[in-house]
Amino acid sequence: MRAAVVVFPGSNCDRDLAVAFERAGFQVDMVWHKDANLPDGIDIVGVPGGFSYGDYLRCGAIAAQSPVCRAVAAHADRGGYVFSVCNGFQVLTETGLLPGALLRNAGLKYICRTIGLRVTTTDSAFTGSYAQGDEIMIPIAHHDGNYFADDDTLRRLQDDDRVAFTYCDNPNGSIADIAGILSENRRVLGMMPHPERAAETGHGGTDGAALFSALAGAFVTA
Amino acid sequence: MKARVHVMLKNGVLDPQGEAVRHALGTMGFDAVTGVRQGKVIDLELADTATEADVRAMCEKLLANTVIERYDIEMG
Repeated sequence: MRAAVVVFPGSNCDRDLAVAFERAGFQVDMVWHKDANLPDGIDIVGVPGGFSYGDYLRCGAIAAQSPVCRAVAAHADRGGYVFSVCNGFQVLTETGLLPGALLRNAGLKYICRTIGLRVTTTDSAFTGSYAQGDEIMIPIAHHDGNYFADDDTLRRLQDDDRVAFTYCDNPNGSIADIAGILSENRRVLGMMPHPERAAETGHGGTDGAALFSALAGAFVTA
Repeated sequence: MKARVHVMLKNGVLDPQGEAVRHALGTMGFDAVTGVRQGKVIDLELADTATEADVRAMCEKLLANTVIERYDIEMG
C-alpha cells in the first residue's frame, strides 16, 4: 500500500497527513509541487492542508496550476484515489476534480476548534468504517471553508449520495451544512475538517483514525 | 498594452466581506448604503500582440473562478 503526499510552498499539514497514512500501514512518498510525475505504484494521493502559495489570488488557485496537480488529475482520471483536506479540498475544487468552491467563512473569522461532524454516507473507501449518521469530533482550522455549489450541482451531490460529511452545527455558512464531498466515481474525497489531527490519543481525539484504517482496508482487500 | 480585469462574486453568491463593509458603513452613520459587493481589480501589462481573447482565456483558466465569480475586461 503506497500513498503520496503532495507538498506545496505553504503546506503545513503535509507531515501530519503522512504520519496518519503511515500509522494506518501505508508507505508514504512526499511529492514536491514541481514534480510532474507521481512515483510509480501509488494507490492514493493526499493533498494536505495549509496555505499553498500564500493563498494568493484565491485559496488553491495557484496550486491548481502546478505541475504536480496535473499529475494528480491524471491519477484521478485513471480511477486513482485522492484524499484532500482543507487547503487540499480548495485546490481540488480549483482544478475541477471536485465541484463547487470554498468561500470566505460567513462569519468572516478564521475558525480553529473541534466540531461535530455527521457521517452522511458510508458508501466510499474513506467512510466505510463509520456507521451512517455517526457523529464524530474532528478539528477544523480554516478561513475559507464556506462550501458553495449552484442548485443543480447541489442536487446532483445529494441525489448521488456524494455528500460524505455534514457539520452538526454549521460553523462557516456552508450550503446544506456540507463539510466534505465525493467525486462521481467516489474515489476522490475533499473535506475541510482535519481527520489527520484526530488520529491518535495524543491528539486529544481519535475519531479520524477510522478514515485511514478504512482506506488501508480497502487497499488490502483490493 | 494594458488590460484591466474586474473580478466580482456572481449575483446570488453571498459576499461576507462586502456585507461586513456595509455593516461598518451603517454603524458610521452612512445610512444611504443599502448594499456592498467587494471584488478585485487585476492590471495586466501585455505585449502588443496580446488580444482580448488571450485575456479572456487567462480569466477562464486562472484569474477568476467562474463557479463563483464573473469578470469584465477593459483593454487599452
